[in-house]
Amino acid sequence: MSTGLPVLPEQRLSQLLAHYRGDLARRRLQSLAILGCLVVLVALAGRWGEVEPGKLLHHLSGLTSYFGRIMPTLRADHLTGDIADWYWNFFGWLKLLFDTVLIAYLATFVGMTGAGILACLGAANLAPNGAVRWGVKRLFEFCRTVPDLVFALLFVSAFGLGPLPGVFAIGIHSFGTLGKLYVEAIENIDMNPVEGVRSVGGRFVDAVRFAALPQVLPNLASYTLLRFEINVRASSIVGFVGAGGIGQDLFVAIRKFYYTDVSAILLMIIVTVSIIDVLTERIRHRLAPVEIVA
Amino acid sequence: MSGRYAIVAGDPAAVLAQHRALVTKPWKQRAADIGGPVAMVAMLVFSIWWLDISLGQIGPGLGALCEFIGLMFPPSTGGHLRLFLTAMAETLSIAFLGTLVAAGLAIPLALLAAENTSPNRILRFLVRRLLDVIRGVDTLIWALVFVAVVGLGPFAGILAIAVSDTGALGKLFSEGIEATRARERETVAASGGTALMGMRFGLVPQVLPIIAGQVLYFFESNTRSATIIGIVGAGGIGLQLSEQIRTYDFDQVAFIVLLILAAVAAIDWISGKLRFAIIGRRQP
Repeated sequence: MSTGLPVLPEQRLSQLLAHYRGDLARRRLQSLAILGCLVVLVALAGRWGEVEPGKLLHHLSGLTSYFGRIMPTLRADHLTGDIADWYWNFFGWLKLLFDTVLIAYLATFVGMTGAGILACLGAANLAPNGAVRWGVKRLFEFCRTVPDLVFALLFVSAFGLGPLPGVFAIGIHSFGTLGKLYVEAIENIDMNPVEGVRSVGGRFVDAVRFAALPQVLPNLASYTLLRFEINVRASSIVGFVGAGGIGQDLFVAIRKFYYTDVSAILLMIIVTVSIIDVLTERIRHRLAPVEIVA
Repeated sequence: MSGRYAIVAGDPAAVLAQHRALVTKPWKQRAADIGGPVAMVAMLVFSIWWLDISLGQIGPGLGALCEFIGLMFPPSTGGHLRLFLTAMAETLSIAFLGTLVAAGLAIPLALLAAENTSPNRILRFLVRRLLDVIRGVDTLIWALVFVAVVGLGPFAGILAIAVSDTGALGKLFSEGIEATRARERETVAASGGTALMGMRFGLVPQVLPIIAGQVLYFFESNTRSATIIGIVGAGGIGLQLSEQIRTYDFDQVAFIVLLILAAVAAIDWISGKLRFAIIGRRQP
């Protein structure tokens, strides 16, 4: 009554088995080769990166004690006093955080304006000229490949300390990334309205204003808001090189081992960033129902 | 003579009056159309005032910047070619080892954080929050912290990238694990396999290509991050870059920037090929 499996003839079975074993061996060899490559690369990288396992063990206790030390001492019976001690400079940091958000806003504005104008010249379906288009695309590429902190360092030397170099550094990086996204959005529009405007004698500017812009505006706004989120994170960092915002205070706190200040400022940054993320995400979902993968 | 779509050549005002409804918008829409840009510009003016940015600063700054750019050409190694190449190798090492360690740490955390493999709801919640907090802190902040803990040098950079990527990769891996089909693991269990066998033969083959693709992608993006963490003293080319900017050796700055661009392009190309080979035609 059992529904047994059909047993293959011995000869056929051994044939299949040999085939399977050969397959398996080949796969094993391949895995071993990959593993070998990886080991060689790790050894090379370890040499260049000056990794010493002994140092790691030595520092392991330092690592845990560091994170223990940046935690504030909060006692249940002195809670308000302890929190006041921990956040002794709450309003000062709050002002700096507000500065940080404004730097991000200005940078997004700069990037958005520049990218908006140049994207129309860089999109294949609107560009009046192939050479201009090529130049614009390379410019976007350059601006988004050079890290914003490198721009910040350069601009701090040129403009002096303060929020202005931060705004320009993050702005230029946003210009590069937004430009690429804008160009892609514009290249995907329906061309009929553009031809309509051109057919009744509209110029380049008219075609952009009355045919392209209405189609892409929700998308562009959504990208820009997403960029604003990213810029808030970036602007909390540029202070490390003297370009304004909360980064400067965080830098000093970490460098001078003001342990509890580090956790206080970090917590404030994390909370601010999450609040802004939630707010802009709401607006973005209202603007464009599709989820954007940046 | 008049076709179906003939435009009546007449008084434009009359035409407008006849089709007024087509060109007027409801007042609410109108208020938003005008109010939005006005609010944005008002915010712009307010920001400039609040941050105390003097627009007079821009002119001389741009002048100085143009001077810097003039000094950048022609790019020159300044006799430090060996030093720069070593620093670049250090940067690539930081990115590579950092990503590798992050992937190693992220896999167990992802197994704990994924809904279908986590042994315990509370544990899962805690691991997820831990990953969130790690992700909330920027790589550069981690770099600064690790420089404070283990001292200057590339080792701090490796740790910084390893930790900050553990947060991001852990989340992505756990999403990848959650997206797998349960059928394979059930099959292994049905034919008498243990839970561990279920993982090995039911789960790993499904998630391995996804994980490998993401790790390669992170290696690409870490090559960029590793160039800047040197600015805070965590090793690599960033240290050389910030030093040359501080000493106004702009021809060498230009050389380093070109070196970075070339390295990033090369890594992008190689890892793009590898990713393509692993995940096939599907784009990430």
